[in-house]
Amino acid sequence: MRHLLAIEGMAPPAIAALLDLAESYVLLNRSGKTPRDRLRGRTLINLFFEDSTRTRTSFELAGKRLGADVINMTVSASSVNKGETLLDTTSTLNAMNCDLLVVRHAQSGAPALLARKVDAAVINAGDGTHEHPTQALLDALTIRRHRGTLENLIVAICGDILHSRVARSNVHLLTTMGACVRLVGPPTLMPAAAERLGVVVFHDMATGLADADVVMMLRLQQERMAGGLVPSVREYFRFYGLDMAKLAFAKPEALIMHPGPMNRGVEIDSAVADHPTRSVIREQVEMGVAVRMAVLEMLSPR
Amino acid sequence: MTDTLFTRVRLLDPAGGLDAPGELLVRDRVIADHGTGLGRPDGAEVIDGSGAVLCPGLVDMRVGLGEPGDEHRETVASAAEAAAFGGITAIAVLPDSRRAIDDPALVRLLRARGEETGSLTVLPYGALTRGCRGEDLAELGLLREAGAVAFTDGGRAVASARLMRLALSYARAFGARVVQHAEDPSLAAGGAATEGELATRLGLPGIPAVAEAIIVARDIRLARLTGGAVHFAHVTTAESLTLIRRAKDEGLSVTCDTASPYFDLNETAIGDWRTYAKLSPPLRAESDRQAVAAALADGAIDAVASDHAPRDADDKRLPFAQAAAGGTGLATLLGVTLAQVHGGGLSLPRAIEMLTAAPARLLGAPFGTLAKGAQADLCLFDPERAWRVAAGSLPGKAQNTPFDGRALEGRVIGTWKAGRRVFGG
Repeated sequence: MRHLLAIEGMAPPAIAALLDLAESYVLLNRSGKTPRDRLRGRTLINLFFEDSTRTRTSFELAGKRLGADVINMTVSASSVNKGETLLDTTSTLNAMNCDLLVVRHAQSGAPALLARKVDAAVINAGDGTHEHPTQALLDALTIRRHRGTLENLIVAICGDILHSRVARSNVHLLTTMGACVRLVGPPTLMPAAAERLGVVVFHDMATGLADADVVMMLRLQQERMAGGLVPSVREYFRFYGLDMAKLAFAKPEALIMHPGPMNRGVEIDSAVADHPTRSVIREQVEMGVAVRMAVLEMLSPR
Repeated sequence: MTDTLFTRVRLLDPAGGLDAPGELLVRDRVIADHGTGLGRPDGAEVIDGSGAVLCPGLVDMRVGLGEPGDEHRETVASAAEAAAFGGITAIAVLPDSRRAIDDPALVRLLRARGEETGSLTVLPYGALTRGCRGEDLAELGLLREAGAVAFTDGGRAVASARLMRLALSYARAFGARVVQHAEDPSLAAGGAATEGELATRLGLPGIPAVAEAIIVARDIRLARLTGGAVHFAHVTTAESLTLIRRAKDEGLSVTCDTASPYFDLNETAIGDWRTYAKLSPPLRAESDRQAVAAALADGAIDAVASDHAPRDADDKRLPFAQAAAGGTGLATLLGVTLAQVHGGGLSLPRAIEMLTAAPARLLGAPFGTLAKGAQADLCLFDPERAWRVAAGSLPGKAQNTPFDGRALEGRVIGTWKAGRRVFGG
């Protein structure tokens, strides 16, 4: 594996190997005995063209726990032309001999464009509405740790599928690993030909969540409201927000997941988000560091 | 005056219904005679075709240029190099350049710039609306008088039904067609690829294919209402072609062209974020590509154009949604069209008709014919000779071809403009 640009196209053994490696890092992280010599002398640059404190921090922590030198670069989102900035930044970074380049960008395909121009291993930390591979890996690890397997689980991904890179990466990963994936949301937030991705599409939570093992909520971006794709927040919450009543459609012990940051009262009710036994939202964050450590290691040949 | 005699050629002139082995004599810039056993006039230069096809110089009815305003992308002179390589001797130029061609002086300027090349006639489209902004009509009469061949806003659709109605009505008075980029702007806004599975997988904002048929359907009804002549440029979908066939059967003045990418490539060409294959309208699903290819043969499509749209590297080296749309096409127009002939779906005479006589007729231009007395604009090509398209080494300035790497059969051996050789030899 040279770069991690997308989950689409990854084979089941490659995904399983990453999850297994991440699993071992979960234990090491908890014991505080991480192999700090593993990436000693390597340089990791977090190149963020879009603000994201949690993903950036997670990669930073992952790199530091393995002993890499970590540099954060946040390129102003207000740049007149992000594309030009991307290419200019690329040649500069390439001259710095960095080993690992973590890229977040508002445009789909930007990390792939960059990967063609640099020598470093590029890790997609979220590109536009395309993919967010490490999020899908950490979600898979979280589910696997609770259910032992991904195979034949019913996973309902709910909300703004159209604009969600998290949803796309999760669909690819979960279907590849044998889970049954459902997409649930209003028709205006469902991408065209979604069923061609190997999923079943639902437009109401009652049938979409029926017998689900996992309910994964997505963030509704407030600017979507301006595009008129849904009429109002209160209407959205009424029909697609996850509260205890809608959660009752799923299996009694169904896991509750959210990639964060949450809009409480928009796509998820606080009682659900903070559910003491079923919400694994905080655990997802913990798994994020382990998964990113595994990815950094996989992309760093000894 | 020197004579030029073409011997051992396959004379192919769809305008005159000619397809036969023979000879052709050029004298004083015009075609003096053709047939067999013409004899060799004293001092005549002899071009031995060895069985190659001699047809009228190609007429490309949809070309964008960088001039005026974006000369870093393409000039008339650099486009002329690419055109001569491609056997093209006349181009109709879109008016939505940086400075829109909405003034008679600009029409005359473009014509003159063509004449300066000595190899390429420039037939300017006039802007349909001032500044191609789609708000109010340009001075169609004055533009027509200055030499505008038809009216269009180029790559911008006329969105307002009322304005399109006015345009179709008013242009009738000057006997000119209104050329429409059929794509509903409210559905296309922000889109980067045809809506569907591929755009969904790539996370690209989609444009539904029906954005085309919606405008085609509307404008056919407006043509019926007004008696005006509408021409749909670069038609790309099966549904639009069904509507156009029906309108033609009804006897309405409705015509259309397509561009070579739309019968040669489908949407998968943009895989791996290939911005050179980002076009406007976007490449379609395979079923639509097949429908376009079929419509070449059955006559629903009148003409084939290159839809040449020069872009520089900085326009294209961007994340896909931010990259400029458009591909070059002058150098590859003939070869890509001939691929349909080699594929068995299209006859060679029909292919050449759509590249010569048909566009000339639609533009009302005296080209695209081998008739005796016509200006000797000629294209000599070997339909079998193979070559490979390589972005970076094509003639002309702009290199953004969507056909990069494509192996083609059919290459121009020589191009003549008014009897003078401008390519090959």
